[in-house]
Amino acid sequence: MVAELATRPQNIETLQNAGVMSLLRTLLLDVVPTIQQTAALALGRLANYNDDLAEAVVKCDILPQLVYSLAEQNRFYKKAAAFVLRAVGKHSPQLAQAIVDCGALDTLVICLEDFDPGVKEAAAWALRYIARHNAELSQAVVDAGAVPLLVLCIQEPEIALKRIAASALSDIAKHSPELAQTVVDAGAVAHLAQMILNPDAKLKHQILSALSQVSKHSVDLAEMVVEAEIFPVVLTCLKDKDEYVKKNASTLIREIAKHTPELSQLVVNAGGVAAVIDCIGSCKGNTRLPGIMMLGYVAAHSENLAMAVIISKGVPQLSVCLSEEPEDHIKAAAAWALGQIGRHTPEHARAVAVTNTLPVLLSLYMSTESSEDLQVKSKKAIKNILQKCTYLPALEPFLYDAPPNILKHVVGQFSKVLPHDSKARRLFVTSGGLKKVQEIKAEPGSLLQEYINSINSCYPEEIVSALSKYHCKFLTSPLLQFCGLGFHF
Amino acid sequence: MATLARLQARSSTVGNQYYFRNSVVDPFRKKENDAAVKIQSWFRGCQVRSYIRHLNRIVTIIQKWWRSFLGRKQYQLTVQVAYYTMMMNLYNAMAVRIQRRWRGYRVRKYLFNYYYLKEYLKVVSETNDAIRKALEEFAEMKEREEKKANLEREEKKRDYQARKMHYLLSTKQIPGIYNSPFRKEPDPWELQLQKAKPLTHRRPKVKQKDSTSLTDWLACTSTRSFPRSEILPPINRKQCQGWAQWLTPVIPALWEAKADRSQGQEIKTILDNMGPFRDITEVLEQRYRPLEPTLRVAEPIDELKLAREELRREEWLQNVNDNMFLPFSSYHKNEKYIPSMHLSSKYGPVSYKEQFRSENPKKWICDKDFQTVLPSFELFSKYGKLYSKAGQIV
Repeated sequence: MVAELATRPQNIETLQNAGVMSLLRTLLLDVVPTIQQTAALALGRLANYNDDLAEAVVKCDILPQLVYSLAEQNRFYKKAAAFVLRAVGKHSPQLAQAIVDCGALDTLVICLEDFDPGVKEAAAWALRYIARHNAELSQAVVDAGAVPLLVLCIQEPEIALKRIAASALSDIAKHSPELAQTVVDAGAVAHLAQMILNPDAKLKHQILSALSQVSKHSVDLAEMVVEAEIFPVVLTCLKDKDEYVKKNASTLIREIAKHTPELSQLVVNAGGVAAVIDCIGSCKGNTRLPGIMMLGYVAAHSENLAMAVIISKGVPQLSVCLSEEPEDHIKAAAAWALGQIGRHTPEHARAVAVTNTLPVLLSLYMSTESSEDLQVKSKKAIKNILQKCTYLPALEPFLYDAPPNILKHVVGQFSKVLPHDSKARRLFVTSGGLKKVQEIKAEPGSLLQEYINSINSCYPEEIVSALSKYHCKFLTSPLLQFCGLGFHF
Repeated sequence: MATLARLQARSSTVGNQYYFRNSVVDPFRKKENDAAVKIQSWFRGCQVRSYIRHLNRIVTIIQKWWRSFLGRKQYQLTVQVAYYTMMMNLYNAMAVRIQRRWRGYRVRKYLFNYYYLKEYLKVVSETNDAIRKALEEFAEMKEREEKKANLEREEKKRDYQARKMHYLLSTKQIPGIYNSPFRKEPDPWELQLQKAKPLTHRRPKVKQKDSTSLTDWLACTSTRSFPRSEILPPINRKQCQGWAQWLTPVIPALWEAKADRSQGQEIKTILDNMGPFRDITEVLEQRYRPLEPTLRVAEPIDELKLAREELRREEWLQNVNDNMFLPFSSYHKNEKYIPSMHLSSKYGPVSYKEQFRSENPKKWICDKDFQTVLPSFELFSKYGKLYSKAGQIV
C-alpha cells in the first residue's frame, strides 16, 4: 500500500477521480507513521500538479487534519505536510486564503522554529507561496510573527534554507511599504547585505531580489538599504555569469537610483554607471531592461548626472540597444533613456545626436510595426532632443524625411542657429538644405513660415529667389560664383 | 513924524503909481505868467525826469542785484542737482562694476562652478575606469579559479582512475596494454600508471594540536578523540548492526578496513548488515567536524588584556619605587586649553553626507540617528570563508 502510494504520483493523469482524495485522507489518520508521511507526500505531489486537485484537497477538509497533526508529529511528517500546504497555496489567492483560514500559519511559524533545517525550509517555502499573492495574505503571514524567524533562518548555514528564507522575505516585502518596513525593522537588511558575497548564484539572485523589493517603495527604505554598505559589492554581482543575478543586481541599482538625485549621485560616485553600462553590453534581451531604465532614471534627475552618464560612454551602448533589440518594450525603454539624457542642454543633445541615433528614432516613430508605446516614447525622445539640438549635420537628414510636426521643430532649430554661425550657413547651402527649405510648403503666418523667413533672411535675396525658382542643384555653384564675390557669408 | 508926513504926501501918488503900475503890468502878467509857467513846467519836468532817471538807475541797480542774487541761487540749485546726478551716476557705475564682479564670481563658484563640474566629471570617469578594471579583474579571477578547479578535478579523476587501474601497469616480463611494443613510445596513461600508487587503506588524518585554550574543545571534537565513555552500547546484544556502529570508532582496524571494501569477509558481512544508513565514519566526521576558527577567534578573546597584564607585572617587578614620578611644578594645571586651529575656527569642515543627502526632519521617526549594528565588510575578505562549505567549488 505504502509503495503503491509512493509510485502513484508518477501517473497523475490516471488518478483524476476524487476518490483518491478521500482514500488519502483516511490514510492520513493511519497509525503507522510511515504511511502517514507517504500519504502526505502523495497529496502534496497531486496538489502540486494542478489547481483543480489542489482545490479538491481543500474541499475534502484535509487541511485541518494536516494542521492539527503538524503540531505533534515528527520531522518527516512535518516536511511532507508543509509540502502539501505549499503545493496548495501556490496556485491562487483563494486557496492560499483557505490555508490561512484553517489556522495553518501559526503551525507553520512553529515549524520555522524547529531544529531540522529541512522542516524550516519546507515551512518557509509554504509561507513564501502564501505571501506571494497579495498584500492581505502577506500581512497575515507577518501578523503570525514569521518575519523575525525568517531573518533567523537566513543566518543558518544551509544554503537551501537561506535561499528560501530570502525569497520569502522578498515576496513579503514586495507588496507595500509597510510590509517592507516590517522586514527592515526585523533587521533583515544587514544580514542580506552580508550575504551578497556568497558564491552561490541562486542565493545571490534571491538576496538581490529581496533588497530591490525593499528599496523600491520609498526614499527612506532605499537609504536604509544603501547604508547597509552594498556599494561597491553589488557591482561585482553585475559581472556574475548567471543572467538572473545580473538582472536582479541591475534592478536593485535601478530601484535605488530612481528616488532622488542624491541617491543617483551616490550610485554615480561609486562607479555604478560604468558597471551597469558594461553589464548592458554583455547581456541580451530582458536582462538588459533594468540597466537601461536605470540609466534613464539617473539622467532624468539633473544635467550633471546626465553628463556623467555621457562621459561613461552610455550613449553608444544605448543606441546599440535601440537598434539591436528585437523586442519593442526594450526599444521603448532605450528611446526613453536617450530622451532623458539629451533633453537638458545643447551639449547633451549633441552627444546624443553624434551617435546617429536620431534617424533610428525617427524610423521607429514612423514605422507601422512599432507598438503604440514605442511610437509615443520615440516621439517624445525626438522632441526633447530636438528642442536643444544645435548640431546641424545631424539635423539635416530630418529635413528630408520627417513628418510635418517634427519638421516644424527642425526648421525652428535651424532658424535659431543659422543667423549666428557663418560656417554653418555655407554648409547649409552647399549641402542642399536651403533648397529643401524652399520646397517646404507652409501656411503664411504660421510658425513654420516665420522660421523659413528667418532662415531666408540670412542669405542674399538673389540666391534665395534663384533656388526657389530653379530647384536645380547644379546651378547653385555658378550662381554663388556670380553673386558671391562681394558676399561674405 | 516926518516920515509919516512924507508917506502921507506920497500916498496919492503912491496909489496912482500903484494903480498905474498894476495896470501896466496886467497885460504882461499873463504872458509872464505863462512864460513863468512854461519855465517852471519845463524846469520841473527836467527835475522830475532827472529824478525819474535817477530813480530808474537806482531801481535798475536794485533789480540788477536782486536778479543776480536770484540767478545765483538758481545756479547753485542747478549745480547741486547736477552734482548730485553726476555722483549718483558715478556710484551706480561703480556699484554695477562691483555687482558684475560679485555675481559672476558667485555664479562661477557656487551656482555653476565649471571647474568643479569638470573636476567632478573627471573623477567620475576615473572611478568608472577603476571600477571597470576591478570588475574585469574580478571576472578574470573567477574564471581562472573555475578553470583551475576544473583542471584539478580532472586531474584528481585521472589520478583516481590510474590508481584504480594500477594493475594494468607493464612489468618487465609482460608489457601492459598501454605499452604496446608496436608503439614508438608508451601511451601517456602508462606514465600515469607508473606514477600512481595503488589504493591503500585510508589512514586517519592526524590533527595538529593548537597550543591555546581553544584546543581543549578542539581536541574533544576531533574524530580521534571521540569520547568513548559517553555513548552507551546498544541494549540488544544480539544486534550486530548496532554493535558495528558502536565499535567502528573504537576499533581503528575496523575503521581502516572500512575504507578498503575489497578486503575481509567478516568485515563485509558487518558492512552488509549496516542497512540503508550512511557510513558511520562519514557521519561522525561531519557531525564532529572541527571548528575552523578565523584568525580573530584563534586566539583567546582577551589576549590583548592578558599581554598587557603580563607587561605590567614585569614592569612592576623592575620598579624600585612604587610611587608614580610626579613632575616638579604644577603650573601647567592652570593653563587654559588652547584648541587647535582646526577646531577653533567658526567654519568647520563640510560633512560628506550634507553634500549628497537631503534631510527632512519631519519624516524622522525618532531623534537618534541609525546605528551601525554590524561592522562594514571589505570586498573580498569573506570570499570562500563562510561557515558552510556547501555550494562552494570543491
